[in-house]
Amino acid sequence: MKSMYKNAVMALVLFAGLTLVSCNQGGSNNGGALKSSAAEKVFVAPGEYDSHYAFISGGFSGQLSVYGLPSGRLFKVIPVFSVDAEKAYGFNEETRDMLKTSHGYIPWGDSHHPDISQTNGVVDGRWVFINENNTPRIARVSLETYETAEIIEIPNSAGNHSSSFVTENTEYVVAGTRFSVPIPQRDISIKDYKGNFKAALSFIKVDPESGNMDLDFQVLMPGFDYDLSHPGRGKSHGWFFFSTYNTEEAHTLLEVNASQNDKDFIAAVNWKKAQEYIKQGKFKTMPANYVHNVYSDETHTTTSTTKKSVRVLDASKLPGLVYLMPTPKSPHGCDVDPSGEYIVGSGKLSASMTVHSFSKMLKAIENKEFDGEAYGIPILKFESTLAGTVEQPGLGPLHTEFDGKGNAYTTFFISSEVVKWKLGTWEVVDRKPTYYSVGHLMIPGGNSRKPFGKYLVAMNKITKDRYLPTGPEVTQSAQLYDISGEKMELLLDFPTVGEPHYAAGAPAEVVKGFSKKFFKLEENKHPYATKSEDDVRVVREGKNVHVYMTAIRSHFAPDNIEGIKVGDRVYFHVTNLEQDYDVPHGISMIGANTSELLIMPGQTETFVWEPKQVGVWPFYCTDFCSALHQEMQGYVRVSPRNSNIKLSWSLDDE
Amino acid sequence: MKKSKILMITGSLLLLTLFALPLWNITLEAPQYPDPLGLDIHIDKLADGNNPNDVRNIDLLNHYIGMDRLPEDMLEFKIFPIVVLVMAILGVLVGLSGKPRLYLTWVIIMAILGVAGIYDFYSWLYHYGHNLNPHAILKFVDKNGNPMAYDPPVFGTKQLLNFTVHSYPASGAYAMMVGIVMAIWAFVTGKKEG
Repeated sequence: MKSMYKNAVMALVLFAGLTLVSCNQGGSNNGGALKSSAAEKVFVAPGEYDSHYAFISGGFSGQLSVYGLPSGRLFKVIPVFSVDAEKAYGFNEETRDMLKTSHGYIPWGDSHHPDISQTNGVVDGRWVFINENNTPRIARVSLETYETAEIIEIPNSAGNHSSSFVTENTEYVVAGTRFSVPIPQRDISIKDYKGNFKAALSFIKVDPESGNMDLDFQVLMPGFDYDLSHPGRGKSHGWFFFSTYNTEEAHTLLEVNASQNDKDFIAAVNWKKAQEYIKQGKFKTMPANYVHNVYSDETHTTTSTTKKSVRVLDASKLPGLVYLMPTPKSPHGCDVDPSGEYIVGSGKLSASMTVHSFSKMLKAIENKEFDGEAYGIPILKFESTLAGTVEQPGLGPLHTEFDGKGNAYTTFFISSEVVKWKLGTWEVVDRKPTYYSVGHLMIPGGNSRKPFGKYLVAMNKITKDRYLPTGPEVTQSAQLYDISGEKMELLLDFPTVGEPHYAAGAPAEVVKGFSKKFFKLEENKHPYATKSEDDVRVVREGKNVHVYMTAIRSHFAPDNIEGIKVGDRVYFHVTNLEQDYDVPHGISMIGANTSELLIMPGQTETFVWEPKQVGVWPFYCTDFCSALHQEMQGYVRVSPRNSNIKLSWSLDDE
Repeated sequence: MKKSKILMITGSLLLLTLFALPLWNITLEAPQYPDPLGLDIHIDKLADGNNPNDVRNIDLLNHYIGMDRLPEDMLEFKIFPIVVLVMAILGVLVGLSGKPRLYLTWVIIMAILGVAGIYDFYSWLYHYGHNLNPHAILKFVDKNGNPMAYDPPVFGTKQLLNFTVHSYPASGAYAMMVGIVMAIWAFVTGKKEG
């Protein structure tokens, strides 16, 4: 009541001010009072915390960035599928293998759909899973360290797009293929696509304690394109829904040839049934080739293993595993409401949106209300599963999220807007423009049984004139709406890193308690860790020289090294001895053909330097660590190959 | 058993809590340390006061101003436990004797030992804050041009460079004080019990 009164007074004062200004200028200026209330809603005073975390995918940047809501402030960019020289990710000896695949080392990826782990259908703030679209992979990002903890490659998959969504107890993180391919890969004509190309939907088991991922099984499907997916929840827990397009099975000029069928499908996969089939041994073990990389917070190192087989369940041969629900015109989004009853298919070329009912689907299966089959998979009658249609809501529907109060919010790419409509009555209640061409939207917890329906983030594909111009490439952007009222209110535009493809969010209280302050030195099991200045040393093994170095405010030990020769391969294994919050040290060496290191307290990281010239070459701390940061430096003497200068090292000439 | 005896024996046994609880706490506050650093002084060791690694991090800061590293063993750490143990045993024996006059003697000895302990603590802090490495990284002088000293207060709060330093008794000291009060109470009731 009091704040309402205050707002009203503020609005009046501002209105009076505006009237004066406009009188003076003789022009008109409206909306000022409204804007000021939007400013208040996104203002987080210096030193105060935001109320929500948003984990926004970097799209083609391959990263995941961490923002605060409602301020839209950027906290961190977590490198996931692309190298990051700042953090030495993909450069140092410890993390290079994180980017290893069956195709070798890949320095870039296309990150798409982050999803936060869940317990009992509610986001639990432990991990964020995110998929790489180009070379199919799923990553797990730790919300203790805000680092990529694990990456698993997905075999039999291409364009890993209908991924990486979690079931309601994080039993599985699921990955579906967008492109169908020959399975297993073989040398055949592209024209033989139809009937020969197949798709795989991958169910990756997640260890409830460690979070470690393991590809449990794949469901082999007809050669359609599997666009997006979502888990069933509540009553539909145990099912997973995938939207499909190109049920025409075209292999060229898809924009025309994959847009011919009146209806494509939403595939409903019964994964509890799949588990039964696995138990009964009804799977086929197929040869495969995929890489699994796990980073350890104890050894601070990646372990990379190559796996050679995968268990496959053939949907065409196993009854009851998959049903197809006809859905008009190349459905893109495939979104399940918090109750688990409604499955929203956004036919992107359709004038209206189709909503399926889970309970009607079960009844239709029971009564065998089929309308033929595709490759042995029953097609349910369109009318039998239909819950309702949202008529003419806009142009180009893509994605839907929910506020937990019976409302759904759908983005429309072509008409550039977010539309709010009611579940059950299917009536449109509000619409607000986006700037411009919105793709995904995110409501914190919007993919769970319990959305936190206060904010909505719309993620736009283009921005045009919304920001100061920066040449042909302009910033990418997200927009924040307040959805707590009957009408949506646009509060804020904020620029994003890369393309804000999709995001996951949660209240700060759910997430922030997991964050680690530093790594305990006594738990450091890095093979080249140096836990005390008494243990620093330099060891020569032929042409390889290992420097066991430490960093603490404000010096390196050792900081003078002699006896290195041109042509040596020098490994700097640097341990940060600090045991305090927010005291990283960096290090870089003149002429090293790699990135700096940025070492967290208690951590060990390694960079390699191959000196090519005789001389005395300095290194220094790159992270402003302390008042004597500028003094944190050292020298390495490099002698000719044939020199017989003895290897020596020191700190303060001792 | 008489009430005074129980009070006297319980009071002296309270001294034994000093083997677990810290006697004193020094807390260092600065804007860069939203979780203040803390040093717990026990009868037999120095320990992290507020967060893990506090002693390590205080040492790290102290090296800039040329302070010695905090000691891991001192003569006091050997003597204090013996003194505390002896006084506790003595207190129990005095309690068993049931003589109020001995209770009072015990209290007086405790008071003398307490004052001596605090003096020792003061001189340790003084030495520690004044005896600085001449090659210290940061050398400050006071307004008279003398080298700045960094001895924390024995009791109370003081500003040392960017740190506000608080020095106050900790749980062990409070337990000891309760013990002494109980011994005085034992003396008073013992006299009444006659």
